[in-house]
Amino acid sequence: MTVLISGASLFLGTILGFLLGMVRSRKNRLVNPLIGFFVDVMRGTPFIVQVFIVFFILPEFGVELEAFTAAVLAMTIMGSAFICEIVTAGILAVPKGQWEASSSSGLNILQQLRLVIMPQAMKTILPPLVGQYVLLIKDSSVVSAIGVVELTRVGWLTVVRIPEGLMVFSLVAALYFAISYPLIRISNSLERKLTVNRVSL
Amino acid sequence: MLEFFNYRTIWEYMPLFEEGLRNTFLISIVSLFLALIVGVLACAARLSNWRGLRAVSIAYIESIRSTPLLVQIYFLYFGLPTLGIRIPEIQTGILALMFNSGAYIAEIVRAGITSVPNGQIEAGISSGLSYFQRMRFIILPQAVGVTVPPLLGQAITLVKDSALLSMISVVELTRSGQILTSERFMPAEAFFTVALLYLVIYFFLKYLSGWSQKKLIFRET
Repeated sequence: MTVLISGASLFLGTILGFLLGMVRSRKNRLVNPLIGFFVDVMRGTPFIVQVFIVFFILPEFGVELEAFTAAVLAMTIMGSAFICEIVTAGILAVPKGQWEASSSSGLNILQQLRLVIMPQAMKTILPPLVGQYVLLIKDSSVVSAIGVVELTRVGWLTVVRIPEGLMVFSLVAALYFAISYPLIRISNSLERKLTVNRVSL
Repeated sequence: MLEFFNYRTIWEYMPLFEEGLRNTFLISIVSLFLALIVGVLACAARLSNWRGLRAVSIAYIESIRSTPLLVQIYFLYFGLPTLGIRIPEIQTGILALMFNSGAYIAEIVRAGITSVPNGQIEAGISSGLSYFQRMRFIILPQAVGVTVPPLLGQAITLVKDSALLSMISVVELTRSGQILTSERFMPAEAFFTVALLYLVIYFFLKYLSGWSQKKLIFRET
């Protein structure tokens, strides 16, 4: 369940985040403050509060969600905000000359992004993106609060029955560790590999 | 959208929110302070020449970083009693936040210290400065400036993380929202107010962090 929730929302969040990030990097005066505000709100409130808002308040507008859908929705929205930041930073790190050169070569904006800008921006984006995935997988533990039976919830349910807190949660922690630690290592090695061309001091 | 919004209930429950806010502040500040100590110690162990100490510190940092905070909180909350240690929820929470943030702060401090170029340390050694003099006069003055902005970022994370203590029924901001929800079933009023209060703290810390980035980082271009 943890894998399912994380997988679904990482996938959706990445798509949404990339779209937002690309739009934001255009520096449109109208859209940018909106996205900026969205990102600030997502970063400024605890994830658990966001989960409660999605789960308890959307029904008041007539949108009834199952716990699982609500969890995926909340994680997608939050993830997209953080990924948007990363993507924006990555795109802005590409030198301006690249934009100018590609537009004077007659590429339209989508071609510019796809063929020239993004391949270079990916170098800056990838390491923090993988790091962000780790954070999101860990945040998926929070949705146990609305009763989604994922890894943490299973631990909680077990501990209610057999009072072996140390053992149960060591096991839960070990399972999370098995998912997260390889990702952290990947993120670190990507960072080392992709910044080779920078002059070291 | 706001036609169903009952402001009067929010006012009625203001004392509860105040208590929650006070506890959030208290928990965040105490655990940030303790986490700083843990972090600096862990970082010192991480950078020490003694291999055993280094291994312990790496194990601590990596295991904290790759498990969710909620699991760590539950680990202490359900685990300590099996060891025969009974402490109030709020202290369990502070303990969990302390160990959690401590690991991240250790990494931040390490990044700060290693950001000082090696040549300066070598220059210090050849000028005959002792280890402590080098720390005091060369490394720390430069490292502290680099460390403060990410530390404020960690403070933001810590405030948000303290929301998870609501899961072990510590009455902080999020919990007061839950209480209002369960007593009156007014989740919108409850959680929008809670979110707003968190946002106020966030924008304040973000402003501080931006300010410190401008003021404190000395860097040749």
